[in-house]
Amino acid sequence: MPAWTLFGLMRGSATTDWPVGEDDGQKNVLGMPRYHPEKCEAGCKECVAVCLPGALTLTHGNEARLKVDYGRCVVCQLCVEVCPTGALATSNDWAFAVHERNDLRWKEAIRSPEAAIVKSRIEGAFKRSLHIRHVDAGSCNGCESELQALNNPFYNLHRLGIFFTPSPRFADVLLVTGTVTYAMRDALLATYEAMPEPKWVMAMGTCAVSGGVATGGYSSGHGLEGLLPVDVYLPGCSPNPAAIIHALLVLLERASPRVSDGHMDINRHE
Amino acid sequence: MKSALEIRLTPAELQPACEALLRDDGRIQMAWAWVPSPGGIEVCYLATQGAQQSFVLWRCGATDQGLPSLAGIAPLLGWYEREITDLFGVSFSGHPEPYPLVLQEGARPIKPPLDPAYPRDTAMLFKRQPARIPEVLGDDVQALPFGPVRADVMESAQFLFFYLGEHILHYQPRLFFKHRGMEKRFEGLEPALGVVLAERVSGVGSFAHALAYCQAVESACGCVIPPRAEWARTLLAEFERLYNHLHYFGHLADTTTLKVANAEGKLLEERVKQINARLCGSRLLRNLLRPGGLRHDINVYSGLSEELRELHLDISRYLGQLSRTAGYLDRLIDTGVLNRRIAFDQGATGPVERASGLDRDLRRDHPYAAYGAVEFAIPLRERGDANARAEVRAEEIDVSMALIARLLADIRHGALCSSCTPLPSVEGLGWCESPRGALYYAVHFDEAGKLRRVKIKSPSFSNWRVFPYTVHDSNMMDYAINEASFGLSIAGCDR
Repeated sequence: MPAWTLFGLMRGSATTDWPVGEDDGQKNVLGMPRYHPEKCEAGCKECVAVCLPGALTLTHGNEARLKVDYGRCVVCQLCVEVCPTGALATSNDWAFAVHERNDLRWKEAIRSPEAAIVKSRIEGAFKRSLHIRHVDAGSCNGCESELQALNNPFYNLHRLGIFFTPSPRFADVLLVTGTVTYAMRDALLATYEAMPEPKWVMAMGTCAVSGGVATGGYSSGHGLEGLLPVDVYLPGCSPNPAAIIHALLVLLERASPRVSDGHMDINRHE
Repeated sequence: MKSALEIRLTPAELQPACEALLRDDGRIQMAWAWVPSPGGIEVCYLATQGAQQSFVLWRCGATDQGLPSLAGIAPLLGWYEREITDLFGVSFSGHPEPYPLVLQEGARPIKPPLDPAYPRDTAMLFKRQPARIPEVLGDDVQALPFGPVRADVMESAQFLFFYLGEHILHYQPRLFFKHRGMEKRFEGLEPALGVVLAERVSGVGSFAHALAYCQAVESACGCVIPPRAEWARTLLAEFERLYNHLHYFGHLADTTTLKVANAEGKLLEERVKQINARLCGSRLLRNLLRPGGLRHDINVYSGLSEELRELHLDISRYLGQLSRTAGYLDRLIDTGVLNRRIAFDQGATGPVERASGLDRDLRRDHPYAAYGAVEFAIPLRERGDANARAEVRAEEIDVSMALIARLLADIRHGALCSSCTPLPSVEGLGWCESPRGALYYAVHFDEAGKLRRVKIKSPSFSNWRVFPYTVHDSNMMDYAINEASFGLSIAGCDR
């Protein structure tokens, strides 16, 4: 055992100082495709035909031809590949955590950014530490793989005062992954019931937000849609560890959502 | 089906054929059903006659009376037959465990869900009923149901322990809480869209699933893959093995309470995931494959080889330290012994079977991608205990690193993709040796060249079937270590 202590000491610290510093560890990680309506050509529906989860649909009559719902996007990049004009383009927009489901729906006219989102949501109750109960409600285990990565020395989630807890009785947040299959539904709801008030819910991954590629069918559900009140939505397939940390900080109001009305970082561009 | 010798059997011929196969050291690899025409269900059995022999496919039409069960002779078929009963309504007479498997007790589909006549978007009726569990009687016997929501960040499943003090009398895993009906989602899709689904059957096996799926489609279409694509597929398949095996050691160290070794294993895994993203844009190696080749080229960045050399040194130092830690070895040696006979009969696959003396690896036995052109060792152990399973994986990491180095020293160039269009009603079989073992995809196309039926056999479906045989009569203290030593995942098994 002392050998391992020495081993650990010799290896030094491997932990990133992100989000204070720059290295989020996600070099080259592709995020949600960006939509550039001015390049979108009339009569074309290539992207809609390859969008398996139905994140892209055609609209009728409006100036923008496409309805883009990032809450359904599984980041497969097929739309970018088939788009002949570059109206859909690759991006590194993966920090997609939002409070309102509607903010994942792309809109031409952007609302004025919410100056102070319901400030008291969490303030007072949890300023410093947060305990998470995770429930896999029917995932592909991609989300679990990235959740487990949070406790590796690179991200070292504990440094932010955020912990996973085995018991729902000690949990502040229910973090749900997966489509919510018929067989996991009652266990999920029982876990939520077992949590003390006040409690929050985070839908992590496109499956938990809207059902993902497995949505519907004889045994899959539609994620948390209409099932539980959700405080933070984080679509992605799978959201990377930095995106998950950002979402948890958004929940704690220690970071702001970077997406509103389906646009990333509009505040910063203005 | 190409790549397998086809034999059509009547229900009465099934049992003699199976007995003859087993006499010659053959083994059934999987079984699945599909509906070639309305009202007619066909059951397919895939077998190999010896480790490096070609595939044999038996096809047998199901009658109204069902089919005779082969589970009594070939026990590993038990789960496949129960799955076919749940999803197609075919009964198997004489089955030793005639209970639901994939569907929960109390699930009431309006008709068998994988019948193409079952509508794509209709949920089953479901009212939970008590599960069928064995009766374990005796003074002081305690029953512990654990899950489906378990401690920590875990996949959902329920485990039932019947135990006396520390001693486990009987153990029964209840899986398929995560059954999402993924095979049904393929119905009616264009083959190129099927990859998006295949990549999301099991996240930590995304690449292997996409590869086996693409190879099944390519076999059906008879298309030839350009050398650059074969090369890149082989390279990334080894990167997937690498990050999964490193995760395995981090987790195994955690169950043996080595905190630093847990952290180091997970950190090494993280380093590989970050390399994955730089190579192809995705930490889980998604969005790269398509039937016919690659969707885009991979980015073999400068400095990669040096980075890998450094990584390999750190991995060797880490695994070396583990192999010198007495407390770790004490917990693994003689824990969860899986003998060769049970491993073979119950269908163990991957590092689990290779740790019990079964010398099988699809990369060598049925080469695909560029594996036929490279030499590599296949680590084996005979003891079948947790330590053997860990040692096999440790050596596989070295083999993977060597394979990757060789591939990077001999980069293939050229086209990324060839055209791959299915003719009406073609069929294909694809496979790959994923980090957890043998993964198979069988695809059947319809008259319009759309997917009619896709069957997925993931390695964990096989290994979950085997695992309980190492738990009965063991003790509670060793359970978590033993489970970690198997390296099981659940999503691919449940689908």
